[in-house]
Amino acid sequence: MTNDPSCFDEMMLGPDRVRAPYQSYFDWFSQDDVKRLRRKAGEAEAFFRRIGITFNVYGQDEADERLIPFDIVPRIISAREWARLERGIEQRVRAINAFLHDIYHRQEILRAGRIPKEIITGNAAFTPEMIGVSPPGGIYTHIAGVDLVRTGENEFFVLEDNVRTPSGVSYMLENRETMLQMFPELFQRMNVRPVSAYPQLLRRSLSDCAPPRSGMDAPVLAVLTPGIHNSAYFEHAFLADQMGAELVESQDLRIEHGHVAMRTTQGYQRIDVLYRRVDDAYLDPLTFNPESLLGVPGIMDVYRAGNITIANAPGTGIADDKALYSYMPDIIEFYTGERAILKNVPTWRCSEEDALAYVLENLGELVVKEVHGSGGYGMLIGPTASKKERTAFEAKLRAKPANYIAQPTLALSTVPILAKSGLAPRHVDLRPFVLASPNRIDITPGGLTRVALKKGSLVVNSSQGGGTKDTWVLGD
Amino acid sequence: MAETKTLSITHVTTYTYDAPVFYALQQLRLIPRTGHGQRVLKWNSTVTGGTKQLFFTDQFVNHSELVRVDSGASRVEIVSEGVVEVEDRQGVIGRQTAGFAPLWLFEESTPRTAAGNNVRHLAAQVRQETEDASEIDRLHHLSRAIAEAVRYEKGQTDSETTAEMALTAGQGVCQDHAHVMIAAARHLGHPARYISGYLLMDDQVTQDASHAWCEVWTDALGWIGFDVSNGICPDARYVRVATGRDYADAAPIMGIRQGAGGEDLHVSLQVQQ
Repeated sequence: MTNDPSCFDEMMLGPDRVRAPYQSYFDWFSQDDVKRLRRKAGEAEAFFRRIGITFNVYGQDEADERLIPFDIVPRIISAREWARLERGIEQRVRAINAFLHDIYHRQEILRAGRIPKEIITGNAAFTPEMIGVSPPGGIYTHIAGVDLVRTGENEFFVLEDNVRTPSGVSYMLENRETMLQMFPELFQRMNVRPVSAYPQLLRRSLSDCAPPRSGMDAPVLAVLTPGIHNSAYFEHAFLADQMGAELVESQDLRIEHGHVAMRTTQGYQRIDVLYRRVDDAYLDPLTFNPESLLGVPGIMDVYRAGNITIANAPGTGIADDKALYSYMPDIIEFYTGERAILKNVPTWRCSEEDALAYVLENLGELVVKEVHGSGGYGMLIGPTASKKERTAFEAKLRAKPANYIAQPTLALSTVPILAKSGLAPRHVDLRPFVLASPNRIDITPGGLTRVALKKGSLVVNSSQGGGTKDTWVLGD
Repeated sequence: MAETKTLSITHVTTYTYDAPVFYALQQLRLIPRTGHGQRVLKWNSTVTGGTKQLFFTDQFVNHSELVRVDSGASRVEIVSEGVVEVEDRQGVIGRQTAGFAPLWLFEESTPRTAAGNNVRHLAAQVRQETEDASEIDRLHHLSRAIAEAVRYEKGQTDSETTAEMALTAGQGVCQDHAHVMIAAARHLGHPARYISGYLLMDDQVTQDASHAWCEVWTDALGWIGFDVSNGICPDARYVRVATGRDYADAAPIMGIRQGAGGEDLHVSLQVQQ
């Protein structure tokens, strides 16, 4: 395996120097037969097909269901590395919840002038219907998926906070399940912290955020899905099943006695916590988009009456807007009084004249993203874009500069994949999953490692040809 | 001591459906609040053909209710009635705000209050004509200009009509007057909001419909009410019920219904001293 010396490889420091967290794995791998491993990789694919993990890619006519490629070489994080990430993520999620409460109440952060008012006032993600709403337990973002990238031994950056409805946790769980089935001996050899408790933790965390209810009954949870045509339908069904909650769609729900209730074989049953995987705009046609057929008419009224918990709360998108992102270090300081533990990627806001000029001049070296975009759609990666693509993007940028931010192209760390030629380094990112409830923040040790399967590619999104790896956090 | 009036209001809204309803919801903003120069002495609302589900206060602290139409009902009657004591403050509502809605929210245009060419032109003209006037005089001038430009005419506009459309058409009702005033005031840099409520008409107990006007923020006095349709600032004959950025936020009733079939709406309103 050969490394690109300009990137940090998480397994190999040099031709014969293995980084400590990977030593035990590397020894095992070196003794094993590559042919056997390849056969295993084939088995993994068959396993995924059998359990049905697929996803839909928007904007591709043929083959709307695809398998996300899985690579059998794990991404390994040491206990010490993880401890620091954990502290940084927890700090961030606490700050975001405090920010959301503030922005929908007194807006002290605007009064204090710590972030410009315009970031909020002109922002479609700011949801006026949330003004004055204090969700049960005071939690706005119950589930977050903080995207991290690494550029060096101690260099981690937060790329995005994903506090609306982050997806991908089912891959984290299934990837582990697959690895356990295929390589049980590895898990005896190495002390890998389990991730399998996630569905139970999710259940507990959501239950702890339920509205107060008389009697001793456990809160009733349900997962709201837009339906089978949604790209993450598999995950919705999987999570509902794993945490023992009903999977419901719009037509299963209605308002009964001031609550949202679901149709069951015993009649309508009230729901205390709705884990919704339907976007804000479609959540309630009575309050938001009247054309929506995916939501629950009146649910915002039930919510504002304090009779249901919606996870995540409507309006959380204001906290993971890319224009706001560049102010996250200030936001963390404002609400926690501490410096941010995890770094932000330096960001040029194209709405600012000087920044725009710089971005236009250096388009070839920067990554430019839409402020409201996600999933890797509508972005420009300067170094790999053709001249024609750059010119076309420049026109868009000049027309609506405020729609874009730009960041340096980070030299993302690599982790090897099992390629035809043997181990070959590929760029990765990491999405750990965070659960917030009034008394605790749980971060599952691991997360979803996404890997760009094409040599040299920096785009890890599954919609753009990325794959996944199992992520191992080692115990002490 | 300012003049006060004690107003008795009975507001009956009746929906008649062509076919029995399977499932429908009505969101009501029909309960006046004490404050801003008015005191609610008594208020009561009843629904027949439907069941009240819950009460909540929205982002503008409007007292709101959700009603589910009873399954199989073909007629729903909502009676909202009570007694409110109102003080004549000559339109001056003042600086205090209820709830957490920030002032800047009322500077933002909405689909119904976006200033198009005609609104911008009208606002610019008023600005020019009132260069040396105080901001309050300018707003009075604006109110008169809108009343002249948009003739009061029923049946020409509906709840979806925008400020720009009404101004272009040159006719509309109180709701359109309020929308045009809001759009133009915001264009001139003032926060502005929509008010739905009741008006005691002189020598007339039975009213055609509930009323609407607007309030505009001035640095000097805070919120000031303007009733463009009647060319005055609200006095002791005006009962504020709901407020918001435009009609959609403050509508007395918003509904959603499953299934086809038409519906017929009838409103009976009495306001008396």
